[in-house]
Amino acid sequence: MSSKLSEIKIGNSATVTTITDSSIRLKLMEMGLLPGKSVTVLFRAPLGDPIAIDVNGYILSLRLNEAAMILVDEPSLVIA
Amino acid sequence: MKIALLGNPNTGKSSVFNLITGLRQQVGNFPGVTVEKKTGALHIDDEAHTLIDFPGTYSLYPRSKDEQVVYSVLSNEKSEDYPDVVVVVVDQSNLERNLFLFSQIYDLGLPTILVLNMTDLALRNGLSVDFEKLNAFFPDARIVSTNARVGMGKERLLTAIADLSKNTPEKRSPNPVCSIDDILCQEREASNRYSFIAKVVSASLSTVEAEKKAVVTALDRVFVHPIFGYLIFAAILFIVFQFIFAFAAIPMDLIDTSFAELGGWVSDTLPKGVFSDLISQGIIPGIGGVLVFVPQIALLFFFISILEETGYLSRVVFIMDRLMRPLGLNGKSVVPLMSSVACAIPGVMATRTISDWKERMITILVAPLMSCSARIPVYTLLIALVIPKTTILGIFNLQGLVLFGLYTLGLVAALLVAVVLKFILKSRDRGFLMLELPTFKSPRWGNVGITVWEKVKVFMLDAGKIILAISIILWALATYGPSESMRKNIALAKKQAKALHLSEAETNQRVASAKMESSYIGHLGHFIEPAIKPLGYDWKIGISLITSFAAREVFVGSLSTIYSVNETDDVNKRLIDKMRAEKRADGTPVYTLAAGASLMVFYVFAMQCMATLAVVKRETNSWKWPLIQIGFMGVLAYFGALITFNLLS
Repeated sequence: MSSKLSEIKIGNSATVTTITDSSIRLKLMEMGLLPGKSVTVLFRAPLGDPIAIDVNGYILSLRLNEAAMILVDEPSLVIA
Repeated sequence: MKIALLGNPNTGKSSVFNLITGLRQQVGNFPGVTVEKKTGALHIDDEAHTLIDFPGTYSLYPRSKDEQVVYSVLSNEKSEDYPDVVVVVVDQSNLERNLFLFSQIYDLGLPTILVLNMTDLALRNGLSVDFEKLNAFFPDARIVSTNARVGMGKERLLTAIADLSKNTPEKRSPNPVCSIDDILCQEREASNRYSFIAKVVSASLSTVEAEKKAVVTALDRVFVHPIFGYLIFAAILFIVFQFIFAFAAIPMDLIDTSFAELGGWVSDTLPKGVFSDLISQGIIPGIGGVLVFVPQIALLFFFISILEETGYLSRVVFIMDRLMRPLGLNGKSVVPLMSSVACAIPGVMATRTISDWKERMITILVAPLMSCSARIPVYTLLIALVIPKTTILGIFNLQGLVLFGLYTLGLVAALLVAVVLKFILKSRDRGFLMLELPTFKSPRWGNVGITVWEKVKVFMLDAGKIILAISIILWALATYGPSESMRKNIALAKKQAKALHLSEAETNQRVASAKMESSYIGHLGHFIEPAIKPLGYDWKIGISLITSFAAREVFVGSLSTIYSVNETDDVNKRLIDKMRAEKRADGTPVYTLAAGASLMVFYVFAMQCMATLAVVKRETNSWKWPLIQIGFMGVLAYFGALITFNLLS
């Protein structure tokens, strides 16, 4: 199911599908956040914005409006 | 040989730089821009090399002015900084992202050394790199491992550099670089590069854990906590200011008194004359006026660099970002603005970390509106003079309340001006955050020491000469004047003193006062009187306004000279008595509540500090911005004071 990275709950992981805004796409790719990567939302700043995510082992902080331009697939819950 | 040092931010690049150059460093700017360029001298086997530290960047393609330097130097063989050898520092614990920049630089074809740094951290995370396999992907690069924070690997790196300088390989034919505006080409390149790097990493990196995860420490949870996060930040600021106010005053007083004594000694020793006066009253106090700022600058940068080294500063940016955004600023402006409450000079110098041009300019322009410690003597004198010592509502001390009000007025003005500038200043870049929160580390004291030393050196050398020049001009204007009127006034003062049977010291004060009144500054004071009359000031205050352009606290000293107050006993009390007794031509007192309050407001807003001006010139690399700053702060001060005076009189 496709959603925005800004909507993912803390502690959840998701896989990046597209970065919709061309002005930040390249910079995010260069920082290791590119389609196909799995990211995890780690924590939020006190006012809910910005957020901190795990990109491949390091912590990257993004403003909510930046995170909203990153579309992700959240793996559906696997019921054991 | 010219060696370029490159790498991602937070890879320990500056530790590597300090490790191999030590204190043989120079700080300047890259040609034409205000991007800091650190160069270090390096001698290996009697061969001299220059190491140039480039700004940390994630990619060759720039998104800020800092990063632009990397692209423009490396893509232009004719650039004066174009290197013979490139050293790329790579954080071993974050190999994939770091190899992105490395592979871009490797493809430029220059002889390249890959420094795998932070060996300890990588090992702790269960990572180990197979050098041979990594080297197979980049056959022409030399790979060296270091742990620069603990000083490990220096010899290996020096050997590799010496090796390359003895038998420098031919430049390989470079892979084409995308043009700076061709985003599509750059995106394609980024995709291809990461697929390539994925192969490199899976072949050369052995992970113990199945998947690499960022570690969220307990410290992170506390530092970004909605309550504790702000409490801790407030507590840290409190401690820093306590230190500055408690400990900076001691060396500052020492500098003040020893330069005064030195000046006195020189004037007693040298034969009397213009030359002796120039040295003892112009140059020596001028140098003292530069050095007196050093303790505050050193202490503030001592704390700021600790906060930066540990990784805490980026957490401050993280929790303050949302609050600063409506002002056109980001979280990185918090520390420079808070520093300005002690002194705007280190505040302005601390804006180097703000990579966005517009945000940096706004921060620099509004920083001097924060009430600094040099305003305290002015505020306390004026408050004691015109604000009654009463309590209101039973608990609040009125004088304390007014002081608090003045600080608040400065802060509010700074924030409002920031909002206005947000709409005025034009910038092509949109503000981004996209900030890495690095892992927490204990500070490396060598790095802290070098940062403090560099900031102090830059201030003394670059800003110092402007401050010295202005203070000599101000001294000359206050000492010399049209000789006819000066002689007449001095003779008159001596005659009056004799008639009143005054002591020698008191006579000298009268003479000093007469001299200042008939000096060029005295004439200037008369000249500007019509302009400042609507604010409630007379020409004597005008003189003090002009002289205190050197530094705000000079206002008090100037008034003491004008009103012939002996400097040895309780200056403030006697000065206040004199000021209270001061009458206008029509017999009404000069220092009414309205005039006093108008002066306070004037000092909240006015850019009465040549040292800050010199630093702004240094940090923006042009006279345009300091002049704009004098202009808008002057307008605020004039109209603020005008409104205050009219409301209260």
